[in-house]
Amino acid sequence: MRDDDGNVRRVQASTADELPRLSPQEVLRYSRHLILPNVELAGQRRIKAARVLVVGAGGLGSPVALYLAAAGVGTLGLVDFDIVDVTNLHRQLLHGTKDVGRPKLDSALDRIRDTNPHVHVEPYETRLTSANALQILRDYDLVVDGTDNFATRYLTNDACVLLGKPNVYGSIFRFEGQASVFATADGPCYRCLIPEPPPPGMVPSCAEGGVLGVLPGMIGTIQAAEALKLILGVGDTLAGRLLLVNALTMDFRTMRLRRDPECPACGTRTIKELIDYDEYCGTPGGETHYDRDGVAEITPTELAARLRDGADLDLIDVREPGEWEVARLPGARLVPLGTLAASLATLDSAREIVVMCRSGQRSANAARQLQAAGFRKVRNLAGGILRWSAEVDPTVPRY
Amino acid sequence: MAISVVLPHALTPYSRGSSTLLIDEPCATVADALAAVAARLPALTDRVLTEQGELRRHVNVFVGEESIRFIDGLATTVADGATITIVPAVSGG
Repeated sequence: MRDDDGNVRRVQASTADELPRLSPQEVLRYSRHLILPNVELAGQRRIKAARVLVVGAGGLGSPVALYLAAAGVGTLGLVDFDIVDVTNLHRQLLHGTKDVGRPKLDSALDRIRDTNPHVHVEPYETRLTSANALQILRDYDLVVDGTDNFATRYLTNDACVLLGKPNVYGSIFRFEGQASVFATADGPCYRCLIPEPPPPGMVPSCAEGGVLGVLPGMIGTIQAAEALKLILGVGDTLAGRLLLVNALTMDFRTMRLRRDPECPACGTRTIKELIDYDEYCGTPGGETHYDRDGVAEITPTELAARLRDGADLDLIDVREPGEWEVARLPGARLVPLGTLAASLATLDSAREIVVMCRSGQRSANAARQLQAAGFRKVRNLAGGILRWSAEVDPTVPRY
Repeated sequence: MAISVVLPHALTPYSRGSSTLLIDEPCATVADALAAVAARLPALTDRVLTEQGELRRHVNVFVGEESIRFIDGLATTVADGATITIVPAVSGG
């Protein structure tokens, strides 16, 4: 994707006359760009004309959105359905302490407007799904993948390939990160790098394995730089290369990536429509997290999203009747832990089961009992009803 | 000269904490090098190879800068002094 001068091809082909003009305030704000060779006034107008979609407003999405907003990207789409949790704050700089409990998109909007009021933000408070991805991505010039699970990464990739949108990729774990640019006109895609997702549970998430707080800052700013280069059509992007960053050794290594002629997305193009990515990745309802004992967990926000989507879940509350009188989730049924073994016949092993208690301890025990009895589709509500009340529905009493 | 096998942090629990393994045994191919690793650290190669001995589809192995998927797979030759880098998929964001 290069022109005769060796520069990468721009993601938009607007002529100078079609590009938006800068106001005097914008000229002053972007003055360090305007004197920068390869950007200058024409480039800054291209940045203003650009429409970039950032999928995920978390660790990677924070620096991506902040830097692209500060740089003057005219339209910034943001997709996220999560709520700000205090454990997000060591790395997700779009959100502050005062935002705990708020939707991430709300705090992101406040922060971006403060960073640069000239940016138009288009929020999508939803999980990116096969049903909405093409519709959401269609109007953007390029997509930045700041998601935190394999299902949404494959979904983002396939949607980008189908629509012909560059996909600026970043991913992190513990002290290490990766970045690349996928789905350019002649470059490889995510599936060329990772043909199939790992078996569920084999690759831990940051929630299980931890992540150095500055690492998403390092990788996210690289993604933001790649996005700007694609908009400007300058430099040498990471298309066809995989950048590996190790923050412990501070090694930056670049591996060569090639388009796989057998890739079903960008090679043979046998993928002609989006599929069920949760099923493809073996993670019903999103990435499954596991506790130390191998019990699959679901967070309150994930559960709320699944219920909103009409998922058929058997919600089993394993507390005692007195606690059930104080607080309960709508749609749940009471099966006190002591009676669980005798109640197995009332459970359908084909249905997805979510067990819950006050804080998640007793229900983890229940989940282990169910697993031992052969139930495979069991998840424990992480943090229990207390966390549900804090993050989803404060009308459910905490006790 | 030995062959170096560079591991991601995610696999160091299976390598007794080492992030680089040095293989002194003579190795002609990536498969030979991984067999030498397996002799010392069988749990580590379980994360890289399937039970059938094939490269897991979510793991990339590079010799130098090149992915063995686009060379000869596990039969890719390794020269003395080569660096083999193992890169499993990560999804964090």
